[in-house]
Amino acid sequence: MEKVKTIPKPCFEPGQGFYKKEPAMPLISADNIQKDYKTGEVTVRALKGLSFEIEPASFVSFIGPSGSGKTTLLNLIGCLDKPSDGKLTVADTDVIHLDRKQSASFRGSNIGFIFQDFNLIPVLTVYENIEYPLLMVQSVPALEREKRVAALLNAVGMIDQKNKYPDQISGGQKQRVAVARALVTNPKLVLADEPTANLDHKTAYMVIELMKKMRDEFKTTFIFSTHDQKIVGEAEIIYMLEDGELKGKEIKGGKNNG
Amino acid sequence: MGNLFKIAIRNLLRYKRRTLLTASLITVGVVFVLVFISVTGSFKNMMIGQITDSMLGHMQVHRKGYVASIENLPLNLNLRPDDVKQLEDMLNKQTEIEAYSLRIKFGGMFSNFVETTNIRLNGIYPDKELKSVPLLAARVKEGKKTLDKGGIWIPELLSKGMKVKVGDAIVVVATNKDGSVNGKQLIVAGVLESATGPGGRDGYIHIEDAMEILRMEGMEISEVAIRLKDFGRLNAFSKKLEGLISKELNQPDKTIFELHTWERLTPFYTIANMIDVMTFFIKLMLIAIVLISIMNVMIMAVYERIREIGTIAAIGTLPGKILNMFVIEGFCLGIVGAVIGNVVGIVLILILNMLKITFNFGQQQGLILQANIYPYDLIVISATVIIVSVIASLQPAFKASRMEPIKALRHV
Repeated sequence: MEKVKTIPKPCFEPGQGFYKKEPAMPLISADNIQKDYKTGEVTVRALKGLSFEIEPASFVSFIGPSGSGKTTLLNLIGCLDKPSDGKLTVADTDVIHLDRKQSASFRGSNIGFIFQDFNLIPVLTVYENIEYPLLMVQSVPALEREKRVAALLNAVGMIDQKNKYPDQISGGQKQRVAVARALVTNPKLVLADEPTANLDHKTAYMVIELMKKMRDEFKTTFIFSTHDQKIVGEAEIIYMLEDGELKGKEIKGGKNNG
Repeated sequence: MGNLFKIAIRNLLRYKRRTLLTASLITVGVVFVLVFISVTGSFKNMMIGQITDSMLGHMQVHRKGYVASIENLPLNLNLRPDDVKQLEDMLNKQTEIEAYSLRIKFGGMFSNFVETTNIRLNGIYPDKELKSVPLLAARVKEGKKTLDKGGIWIPELLSKGMKVKVGDAIVVVATNKDGSVNGKQLIVAGVLESATGPGGRDGYIHIEDAMEILRMEGMEISEVAIRLKDFGRLNAFSKKLEGLISKELNQPDKTIFELHTWERLTPFYTIANMIDVMTFFIKLMLIAIVLISIMNVMIMAVYERIREIGTIAAIGTLPGKILNMFVIEGFCLGIVGAVIGNVVGIVLILILNMLKITFNFGQQQGLILQANIYPYDLIVISATVIIVSVIASLQPAFKASRMEPIKALRHV
């Protein structure tokens, strides 16, 4: 692992790493973001002034021990929560000032989520779970829905399981469905919080490979958090978090790394 | 919207036992209300029918002040012959009226030559009276169902008490409005079955016999009983007739005529009102059952699905859609309860009618219960259940829609 930089207040600008050759507008731009949690009279700073930029079509991992702030950071990027201070732009949108409804619309249009526990809707079949964001969030016409869901079912290898309910398929299959659901709206960004935590190593590796394949196919940025060292190695850019601070960034050879 | 229904129904089926219990509770409530409404409604209608069709008619016209003193049967408050003629001319023009009957009512003494008792008498034109109160003929349990001059229909109470049979001669003695006493021998033409209320002691004689006993030179009428073709138009027609009477018959400085619908003429109207009040409270109970059961089940549904709510919110489902999702669940539960309740209720009502359950009303015995339910009642009950179900779902649904996705996703 090659450590590129470790600074007290990290700031990774475009031009470093794989964007050196073709500078592009960053998909995510975080500038000195902080997140505080209040527990009674005690305020805990979960994120301490993080600054970074992530380019489109990246395959990025945030790693760090439990409590380092990975999930908090992903929640901020995913517009599920708001920073206490700092600036955060996702897909050219200042997400800090979005209200509740705007946040929901923004997530529906730009972000896909993959959860540790898969979080499939139990009353919907595999097909319907993937279709859900198109139907209930984006109101895509039926024909277009069918086309996109079928393409993703094929892509994640779940076409023959499409009529099964979540409780009728394995954990690995559930996560493949979750990947398809996250991608079905053609989001700019997919966030996966510990997507392999509940999977055995072989299945975890397959899910990460699937995510990579989807990134290649759909040019979607994938950001995932993990503490599994074997899985970490699959990321092309790795950010290391510790006690709410960015401690380093590692760039590995990836398709976009030039 | 169809997809929201699909998800709602699947979520309801996901917790089959709970859904079944809640739907059953609503069903029981709906069935109870329907059966109660049909039985009490039938009892009420039967009661009103008995009273209006065998005694009162649908409405009556009197001289002003007569009804206030009706217990005394005051002859000095009868309508004068000219007034009667004017009134008849007006009534004959009204197409809504099926029939009307002129009555001379007075109190007298009834003697079987051995004993004497008091009696309330109605001087009538039998054919007009039977058209105006058609159940009167059915009350003639012994003797002829027609009344000729010189005959009298006596109430069963008197027949039994005075040991008088059909064909027996009796004497009726009465005092006219001038204080002059007169009597007439009449033949018992029929015995009237007991009826509930003041009319239960009424006897009937031909109007010409009444005029003779009271030594009337012209026909002075105590009341005019009116029967409508459509009882449902009672209120509308009474307003119309009241307007006509005050405009055309009553003088500007002196009111002669007064119109009263049956409600104002019998204490049973209070019972009918009490039945309505009871029905209202039973409906309130149904609303409470639906409200509490749906709210309870929806609160549970929201609590159990917090992570799911977090997931769909994170994916980008708008708060309004999440609210709709849960409201539709409550709506579907309400519909299921209302539909099953209606079906079971109708079947139960049919069974009740097949069993031919009898009951007594006052002195009338062996009346057969004829429970009826009208489409209007079914619609009102169903709509109430469904609307209350939606209202009961609103609070839990609103809570679900306002959940922070991040907190919901963390929920264990």
